[in-house]
Formats: sequence, C-alpha cells, structure tokens
Amino acid sequence: MNTEWFIVLSALLFATGAIGILIRRSPMVILLCLELMLNAGNLALVAFSRMVGNGQGQVFAVIVMVVAACEVVVGLGLIVAIFRRRMPLNVDDLRELRG
Amino acid sequence: MEEVLFFLSALGALGGAIGVIAMRNPFYSVLALIVHLFSLASLFLLLTSAFVAAAQVVVYAGAVMVLYVFVVAYVGEGGEPAWEPIPGQRFLAPLLGIALFVELSIAVLSSSLLALGTQGPDVPAGFGDPAAIGRLLLEKFLIPFEASSILLLLAAVGAIVLASNRREGEVGTPDEPSPNREEGVPTSPSPTAGATP
Repeated sequence: MNTEWFIVLSALLFATGAIGILIRRSPMVILLCLELMLNAGNLALVAFSRMVGNGQGQVFAVIVMVVAACEVVVGLGLIVAIFRRRMPLNVDDLRELRG
Repeated sequence: MEEVLFFLSALGALGGAIGVIAMRNPFYSVLALIVHLFSLASLFLLLTSAFVAAAQVVVYAGAVMVLYVFVVAYVGEGGEPAWEPIPGQRFLAPLLGIALFVELSIAVLSSSLLALGTQGPDVPAGFGDPAAIGRLLLEKFLIPFEASSILLLLAAVGAIVLASNRREGEVGTPDEPSPNREEGVPTSPSPTAGATP
C-alpha cells in the first residue's frame, strides 16, 4: 500500500477525534477522543517512518504512547477526584477555571 | 492481499472511532476504542513495525483500557444532558471536523514529498523489531527516553496525589479510622451493644 493511504486514514481518524471532542460533554469520552487523536498521530508517524525507511518515527510513536499513558493516568485521577467531591461530570458545568 | 488487509483494518479503525463518539454509554465507548486499537495494531504490522504493534496491544489495549474500564465502573454512566449550550453545536462540529480533514489531506498530499505515492524503500529483515527499536532508543534517542521515564514517574506521583487527597464532603471508605470517633458519633458496634440488653 502506498503511504498516502495511511496518511489520509490518519487524517480521517484525527478529524473524527476532533469532532468527538467538540460534541461530547462527558470528560471521560473527551479523554477517549484525545486517545483517538494521539493514535492518529501515531499512525502518521509510523507511516512516515516506513516511507523514509528508518526506524526513528517508530521510536517517537513509542514515546507518544508513553505520553498518552501519562495523560490517561492524570486525567482519570482528575475524573475520580471530581466524582468524589460530588461535582457533576460534565464539562459545561465545570467552568470554574474559565477566564 | 495487502490491500484487503489494509481496507479491513481501516474499516475497523474508522468504525471504532465513530463508535467512540457515537455511543451514549461510556462503557461501550471504551469497548469501541479497544476495537479501534486492535485495528491500528494490524495497520502497524502492515507497515512492518512489529514492536509498535505489540506495544499498542499490550500497553494500550491491555493496560490503559483496563484503567478506563475500572474508572467507568467506579464513576458510572453519568447521563449526558441533551441540551446544547451553543445552539447548533451538534451540526457545526461535524462540519468543522470535515473541514479539518480536507485541510489536513490537502496539506499533506499537495506537499512536495515525492515518496508519498510509493510504498517506501525495501527494508532489511530486522526493520522495526524490538532489537532495532531498542538500539535506537538507547543510543540515538537516549535523552527523550529518559525524559519520558521521568514523565511517567511524575504522572504516577500526580495521580496518587489526586486520587488520595481526602477532604470533607467526599465519599470516604468506612473501614478507615475517621475523625468521627473523636466527635462522639456512634460507630457500628455500639448500637448493637445497646440493643442486646
């Protein structure tokens, strides 16, 4: 398969994740959509790595996975803390930090 | 054969992604994301990067998704309200997403990367296996590797601080020695002791 197919697929997945972030309100689903976008970036990195013919893009894909795992851990910790303080799990109601 | 595998995996990845944003119940969203991640792992295998595919399955579909499932089970479904704070948000957002997709595609496909229309050069047999990735990680990319390990440590510490910080008004565990005893609130054995005589 040519590289452009993978790149177009990754752009499609990225756009899907962005749509999800815009239309959903539960912070959990927004985290899941962030995962979608990070994975789309991973797919593009690995596809370009195959196109160029060296493994450096794959190393960065692994590092993106580490960063995504950190983001998940902190995000889910925040969700659990919000839930235990009996605040609504809805990003439209959690607007205290809005400037 | 390769094309068939690509289109099957692409369909799985896209269907999983649409399932994540379309399901009302967050638990089904997590399951759809697992389908998406497995499809992406097979796409990585098509791109001859075996280590990334294995890490995708083990780290993402194994560990991270278990974390999600636990938190969904702890928090519950949490009904999402149907009203929209911004009028027309549900119709404008897909339009913006399609615009983003078209823009990304134009930006990449009309670039001067000549190798985009090719499959890439022929790679040696060990391309993308754990030995090659490990050599790159520990020789050329040692500093990003160490930085990501420090980031993991910080995230673990931060998650523990976030999740274990108890204040009043929170749901506490009952078997923990709580300040209720000092305030004279009857603990669980005392009413039964008072009822028996």
